[in-house]
Amino acid sequence: MLSKIVKPALSALMQILILMAGITWLLQSGAKAMDYQWQWQRVPDYIAFFEDGEWWPAELLEGLLVTLKISSLSLVATLLIGLTMALLRLSNSRVGQLLSRLYIELIRNTPLLVQIYLLYFIFGPMIGLDRFSTAVLALALFQGAYTAEIFRAGLNSIPAGQFEAAKSLGLTPFSSYKDVILPQVVQRTLPPLTNEVVSLIKNSSIVSVMAIFDLTTEGRNIVSETAMPFEIWFTVAAIYLLLTLSLSGLSAWMEHKLGAQWRSQ
Amino acid sequence: MVLAIKNNNITAQLISMNVIEFRNVDKWFGSFQALSDINLSVAQGDIVVICGPSGSGKSTLIRCVNGLEAFNSGHLSVFGHSPQDKKLKPGSIGMVFQHFHLFPHLTVLENLTLAPRRTLKMSQQQANQLALHYLDRVKIVDQANKYPVQLSGGQQQRVAIARSLCMQPQILLFDEPTSALDPEMINEVLDVMTSLAAEGMTMMCVTHEMGFAKQVADKVIFMDEGKIVESAPPQQLFDSPTHPRTQAFLEQILSY
Repeated sequence: MLSKIVKPALSALMQILILMAGITWLLQSGAKAMDYQWQWQRVPDYIAFFEDGEWWPAELLEGLLVTLKISSLSLVATLLIGLTMALLRLSNSRVGQLLSRLYIELIRNTPLLVQIYLLYFIFGPMIGLDRFSTAVLALALFQGAYTAEIFRAGLNSIPAGQFEAAKSLGLTPFSSYKDVILPQVVQRTLPPLTNEVVSLIKNSSIVSVMAIFDLTTEGRNIVSETAMPFEIWFTVAAIYLLLTLSLSGLSAWMEHKLGAQWRSQ
Repeated sequence: MVLAIKNNNITAQLISMNVIEFRNVDKWFGSFQALSDINLSVAQGDIVVICGPSGSGKSTLIRCVNGLEAFNSGHLSVFGHSPQDKKLKPGSIGMVFQHFHLFPHLTVLENLTLAPRRTLKMSQQQANQLALHYLDRVKIVDQANKYPVQLSGGQQQRVAIARSLCMQPQILLFDEPTSALDPEMINEVLDVMTSLAAEGMTMMCVTHEMGFAKQVADKVIFMDEGKIVESAPPQQLFDSPTHPRTQAFLEQILSY
């Protein structure tokens, strides 16, 4: 019984250790060949430092906060844009359908970086947006196009009978969507929606081109000051990974929580 | 005095008035004519059973009554209003579907209380009381906190009926309510329908349960190709159908 659990766990641990050792050796020997001096002991100072009896966030942590702020604001905007566009696409209004298709095709078929430049240099100044709002808007517009398609697929997957039952019971269209349709759409689309959130967080690093002091920008600044690119970029990558992996975990838990009772026997 | 007489007149009118009135109703799906020159009246408390081959327009007919389908020409009034009229009380024309269409993400109790809470602005407690009353009525009160997927087909259909009843409907439409059920569960649903009929509910039922039709229907309608071919009391329609198409259909479904 015990060996059934211990054996595979031990074997997995062994495999991971061997893999880690291999990668470490590769990095070490590569760095040695480049005459690179590892200075891992300096990295914590760039995450947080202790002064006057208190802990203060250093550059990397401050950058992370900016990244979180941009990502969460864009996420709210993304979901609103996505839902609106999906509903427009499925509406009876020809103009609404056209608007939604146009938006989705334009956004999906141009690079994010070009969209950011367009917003930063042209549309942002034209409508008087500050840098931070421009960044949020750029990300939300980009991610909104993909999210709209996810919501559209989710809405299409709800049987017509659900709408009909809601209507027969006298529910208003608003209440039908809020109480009957959308909870089911969210449960069904949670895995692809999680993908979108993860890619939103990763894409937020691109706003560093418009002088927003997010995690990536801070990382680049530290590297140019300290000349220790290996340590800093590894740390930055690890912070992003920590963020997105915990999100995926949260989503898996939510998916289970939302649907465990009513999806299967 | 004058007022009293006037009120009496109105009451008399209401009693004699048909609650559902089709006049020359046509309905097209593209180039396919789903309903063709439908004339039909249903009085308060009537039980109308509609039968006919598939694709004959039975479902379309009753779906027009609660506005799930729009028709192209003719006139249809329900309580003197058009089916789409906002003046009709929400939920006053209940519908029970072949595939139940319960809300899968809500418990049985929540399925029942949602519409009364949202539409009739009932408190949670009031709505729960109402829901438990109707769950008791369909003998399923012990399943109140389960999710629809955990119930059998017959139980789900009884929940769906109770859900409609919570909106205190004046008309109930049944669209093949037993067609998706295992044979041993059909009777539990028909029992509920029969007791509703006995209480004076106005009902239109698309069904092939001829035993049910014989027992409770005031009128049986046979439809084919979008037309009402024959309409008669059940005994007359089943025992001596006049139209050859009706005869052929009844022979087919009764031959086994």
